[in-house]
Amino acid sequence: MSSIRIKAKERNGSVDVKTLMKHNMETGLRKKKDGSKIPEHWITDVTAESGGKVVFAAAFNTSISKDPYLAFKFAGKKGDSLTISWRDNLGKTDSAETIVK
Amino acid sequence: MDRRSILKITGTLSAAAAATLAFPRVVFAAYNQKAFKNPKVEDSLNELFGGNASTPSGDIKLKAPDIAENGAVVPIEISTSMKVDKIAFMVKENPNPLAIVADIPAGTQAMVKTRVRMGKTTQVTAVVSSDGKLYTASKEVKVTIGGCGG
Repeated sequence: MSSIRIKAKERNGSVDVKTLMKHNMETGLRKKKDGSKIPEHWITDVTAESGGKVVFAAAFNTSISKDPYLAFKFAGKKGDSLTISWRDNLGKTDSAETIVK
Repeated sequence: MDRRSILKITGTLSAAAAATLAFPRVVFAAYNQKAFKNPKVEDSLNELFGGNASTPSGDIKLKAPDIAENGAVVPIEISTSMKVDKIAFMVKENPNPLAIVADIPAGTQAMVKTRVRMGKTTQVTAVVSSDGKLYTASKEVKVTIGGCGG
């Protein structure tokens, strides 16, 4: 299953997008019991595309909470497709697609 | 044409093909490591926008709680009626203040909503760039339990 959940709903020509990504967002500041630091591991970039066009992009720091939540609005209509992808500092990526309701 | 030059040509061709294949399907903007891993608000702004002169503006709405009980999850919302191309959010006394930078292409509303971590009670600032100028809105958020490791 994809690590991304998306809800996209159109109202008056504008699409409300709410998304949740499952990711540990390790800050690199937390310590294990033996005192060694847990290495940082976080989502660096998120991109949202609709109709082959980037409609929203964001870059995160480690200070974004675990399992990041992101909401934004773009001009679109019901039935448009929306793809959201993320990439983390270790080079892993994931993406999910949905249809605007 | 001798054998050597044929080998050379095939080599170049396959290298070009490999480069096309390796190109990612989604193009991510280059990650600005210098802006994000920077303990100073001013330096991050310099890296990000090439300048840090900013004006406070009443047109930016920054929604954040007055008191955040849990510093690990502080909901924030930034929106403005101005035409902007970038929205950034800073938590002044975090180890690295810059939390998020959002690109707003034409057609997308100048609004972003997310959840951030806060180490302790401090000032949070929304920075938007509009027409090459920076505008800010700030607010003090009290944190009961910090959310930056420990």
